[in-house]
Amino acid sequence: MTLDSVKRALQSPDERMPFAELGMKEDEYQRVKEILGRRPTGSELAIYSVMWSEHCSYKSSKVHLRQFATKAPASEALLVGMGENAGVVDIGDGWAATFKIESHNHPSYVEPHQGAATGVGGIVRDIMSMGARPIAVMDSLRFGGLDQHDTRRVLPGVVEGISHYGNCLGLPNIGGEVVFDPCYIGNPLVNALCVGLLRKDQIKLATAPGPGNKVVLFGARTGADGIGGASVLASATFEDESQAKRPAVQVGDPFMEKLLIECCLELYQADVVVGIQDLGAAGVSCATTELAAKGTGGMAVDLNLVPLRDPTLRPEEILMSESQERMMAVVTPEDIAAFMAICEKWDVPATVIGEVTDSGRLTMTWDGEVIVDIPPGTAADEGPVYQRPFHEPAGQAALNTHVELARPDDLRATLLQLLGSANLSSREWVTSQYDRYVRGNTVLAQPADAGVLRISESMPGADETTRGIALATDGNGRYAKLDPYAGAQLALAEAYRNVAVTGATPLAVTNCLNFGSPEDPEVMWQFAEAVRGLADACKTLGVPVTGGNVSFYNQTGAAAIHPTPVVGVLGVIEDVARRVPSGFTAANLRVVLLGDTADEFGGSEWAHVAHNHLGGLPPRVRLDAERALATVLTTAAKRGLLAGSHDLSDGGLAVALAEACLARGIGAAVSLPGEDAFVDLFSESSARALVCVEAEKFAALAELCANNEVPCYGLGVTGGTSLTVEDILEIPIATLRETHQATLPAVFG
Amino acid sequence: MRVGVVTFPGTLDDQDAARAVRLAGAEAVPLWHADHDLRGVDAVFLPGGFSYGDYLRCGAISRFAPLMEELIPAAKAGLPVLGTCNGFQILCEAHLLPGALTRNAGLHYLCRDQGIRVENNATAWTGQFDQGQEILLPIKHGEGRYVADAATLAELERAGRVVFRYTGGNPNGSLNDIAGICNEAGNVVGLMPHPEHAVEELTGAPSVDGRGFFTSILKKLVTA
Repeated sequence: MTLDSVKRALQSPDERMPFAELGMKEDEYQRVKEILGRRPTGSELAIYSVMWSEHCSYKSSKVHLRQFATKAPASEALLVGMGENAGVVDIGDGWAATFKIESHNHPSYVEPHQGAATGVGGIVRDIMSMGARPIAVMDSLRFGGLDQHDTRRVLPGVVEGISHYGNCLGLPNIGGEVVFDPCYIGNPLVNALCVGLLRKDQIKLATAPGPGNKVVLFGARTGADGIGGASVLASATFEDESQAKRPAVQVGDPFMEKLLIECCLELYQADVVVGIQDLGAAGVSCATTELAAKGTGGMAVDLNLVPLRDPTLRPEEILMSESQERMMAVVTPEDIAAFMAICEKWDVPATVIGEVTDSGRLTMTWDGEVIVDIPPGTAADEGPVYQRPFHEPAGQAALNTHVELARPDDLRATLLQLLGSANLSSREWVTSQYDRYVRGNTVLAQPADAGVLRISESMPGADETTRGIALATDGNGRYAKLDPYAGAQLALAEAYRNVAVTGATPLAVTNCLNFGSPEDPEVMWQFAEAVRGLADACKTLGVPVTGGNVSFYNQTGAAAIHPTPVVGVLGVIEDVARRVPSGFTAANLRVVLLGDTADEFGGSEWAHVAHNHLGGLPPRVRLDAERALATVLTTAAKRGLLAGSHDLSDGGLAVALAEACLARGIGAAVSLPGEDAFVDLFSESSARALVCVEAEKFAALAELCANNEVPCYGLGVTGGTSLTVEDILEIPIATLRETHQATLPAVFG
Repeated sequence: MRVGVVTFPGTLDDQDAARAVRLAGAEAVPLWHADHDLRGVDAVFLPGGFSYGDYLRCGAISRFAPLMEELIPAAKAGLPVLGTCNGFQILCEAHLLPGALTRNAGLHYLCRDQGIRVENNATAWTGQFDQGQEILLPIKHGEGRYVADAATLAELERAGRVVFRYTGGNPNGSLNDIAGICNEAGNVVGLMPHPEHAVEELTGAPSVDGRGFFTSILKKLVTA
C-alpha cells in the first residue's frame, strides 16, 4: 500500500478520496481542499472526517446550543463552562466539582456490554482530564418495551457492561433511571454521568502551550477497535446492516482505566502536567488537534511512535482508532523523567510521540514522510455549522388534542397496576448489580431521589469539610414528545426537585440531548424547542448549563425515538449530615404534601399503563413554584425539620406514598386534600414533594411554607404495616413490595 | 497499634479499609504490592477490588506479588490477617485458607445488605462479637460462591472454622451458606462481606456492625 504523503497529494491533485465513505459531504470535502490549498492526504481526510462529524463538531446543534451561553444565569459557582471536557462548579471551602453526562447509544445497541462499558470509561476520562478524582457515576437508560424480545438482549448486556466497568473502576453508582418504551427498541439510550472532585486551584485544561514541550501518549496501546466510531456509528441513522458495524465498537479494559486514574492523580499531585486531554471519540485526531488548537498552535508528531496493539495498523487507522483507556499530556522537558517514573509505578505505558511547536501547523510524519500538515484549529474549531431547517411535525396538533380517557373506580387496583408496571416497578434487578458503597462516601444512593456524597475524605490529605454534593438525572420522553419545550423544562424541574428533596441546593446543570436525525425538519424542530425550553428554564431557576452532549440519529429507518432530553443537576449541601433521607423513616411522623395538584394526565404514567395512550399536553411547567419548593426543602433540611422526603413525579402522589412506605417498611394512614381522589392520587402536576416531620415540627414547616407561598397539606401519620388512604384503599406493605419487586426479575431472571 | 492495608493494582476498597482502621483508633499503614516490606505492622487488612483486573482468576496473580512473599510466611507465623472479598480470594489462592471462590450461582454481580451470623467469636478478628450474633454487612461481588471438597468442608465445620454464615437467603450459592472462614490458628480470616463499609452512621450500609472486626483486632493486639 502506497503511503499517501503530502508530497504525493501535491503530485496527484485529482486522486479520488473516499470522503463519502467516511461520512463526509461533498461540500465539506471541498472546504477541506480550500483550507489546505490541495487535496488532503488519506490521514488528513481521516482527521477532518472525524473532527467534522456530527458527534465531534456539533454542526447541526451548535446554532441552538449557543442559547445555553447567551441565556445563562449569572452564577458565581461556575468556574469552567461549556466547551471544555466537562464543566467545573465551585462547591465551597476551596472544593470544586466537575460533572458531565454523555451518550453511548449506538454502540450499546450494536454490542450492549462493550458499548455501555466504554460509555462509562469515556465519561470517567473526561472528568479525569479536568484534574479531578472521579468519585461516582450514574446512568440514565432507555430500552424498548419490557415485553419486546430484543430488550432481553440489550438490557442485560448494558447493565452488565456498566456493572463490570464501573465496579472494576471502584466508582460507586449512585443513581440514574431505567425507562422502557417501544420507541427505543431499535435505539436504546445509554447516557453515562460521572462526577469528580478537585481543589478549586487545581483545574487542568486541554491545552498545549510552550514550544518544546513534549507530547506524551499514555495508557493502553492503540488497536483496531472503534475505528470510525464517531463518524460512522454515532453520526448516521441505523439501517439494517448494524451488526456489520460491530468492529466500530470499542472494547474496554477497566483495570487499565483504574490504573490511569491513580496514575493521573499522582501526576497532578506532582504538578508535572501542563495540559491534558483524554482520547475518546476520534482518538489521536481529536486529542492532537484540540490540544494544539488551544495551545501555542503547533504540534509535530511522529505517528510511528504510537505504541500499537496491532502492528499492521496504517496511519489513517491509528488516527481514527477509538481504543479505550488512553490519555495525552503535554509535559515540559524538565518534568518528563518524573512523569515517566510515575507512569512506571502504575504500570501505565507512556511514550513521547511529539512536541509542541510555534509553527501554527499540526504536522505528522510516518516513516519519515510528512503525512499531515494542517492548521489544527480548522479541524478542531472551524468545522461546518448548519442551520438545519425545522418545522413543527405535521401530526403535532392532533397529538396535542385532549382525549378523555375512562377513569378507574378501583383506585387500589390502579395503584398496584402502576407500582408493578415496567417503568415504576423496583429497579433493584438493575441497581443491585452496581457497587454503591466503594470509596465509603455514599450517603444516599438509588432508589433515593438523588445520590448524595460526602466530600471530606474523598481525597486523602485534603482539608476537612462538612459539605456534600447531590446529583440527579431525569428525563421524560413522553412529555417531550407532546411538547419538547415543556418536556425539557420538566426534565430540568424534576432533577432540580430531586436534588432539593435531599436538602441540597441545586447549582448547575449538565444535559444529554437524545434525538432522531437532524436532517429531518420535524426532529430538528423538537431539538430546537427542547434547547430553547431548557435554556429558558435554566435562566429562571438560576442554574447554568456547564456542558453536555448531543446524540442525534437515534432512529431506525424513518422512526425516531421520542425526543429525550436527559438533564443532570448537581447540588451542594453545607452539612451533609443534615441530608434528608428518602421516604418514611419512623412511625408517628406527620405526612405532609407540599405543592398543589391539578387535573393533569397528558403523557402520564397512568395514561401509558392503563390506556397505552400518548396525547394531550404534559403537566404545566411551574418554575417559580419549583424554586419556592426548593427553598422550603433546603431551608427545612438546614433547620432539621424534615425526617424524610420524596419527590412526586411519575405516577403521582399514590406512587410516591407507596415508595415512601417501601423505603423502610413503614406504613402510613392518610387522607386526601382535594375533591377528586383519582386526581389527587395519580395526577402528575409538577412542583410537588412529600415529606414527613415530627409532629412538634409541623408548625415550623407550615410557617416556612406560608412564607414562601408553598401550599402545605397535612395528610396523615406514618406507622403500621399498610398504606391506607381514607376508605379508598388499604394495601399491606408486603403486597406493595411483592408487586413492586416482581416485574423485572420475571423478565430477566 | 499499626494495621497494614495492602494496595495491589486494581485494589478498590483500600481507602475504606484505612478509614475503618483509623476510626477504630489504630494507625492505618499503606502497604504496596511491589514492596518486600510489611513495615512492621501488627496486623494486615487485604481489601476488596479487582487486583490485576482479576484476569486469569480472582486473586491468582496477586498471590505472586512481592509483598505476598513476605505476608505468607508472616501469616503462617501468626500475624493476624483479614481478607475481605478480593482479599478473601487472594488468601485462598495463596493457600492461607482452603477452598475457592467461584462465580455466583445467579451469574450476576450482586450488591446488597446481607444478614450474617457470627459462628466463631474466637478468631483474632471476631472476639468482640457474641457467638451466634446476627449482623448486617454489605456484600458486593460476582465471584463469592465458596466451594471446597467434601473432606475440607467437613473439617472446617468440625473445627469451627466456618466463621460467618449467610442468613435470610444465600446470595451466591456458597456451600453450607459459608460467608467466611479462618485458618487453623484463627489468625487468618477471610470473608466475602465488607465490614469496612459498615462503620459509620452517615455512609455505607445501614449498619455499623463492621466496627466489631476492628475493635476485635485492637483488643486482641492490646492484650497479646
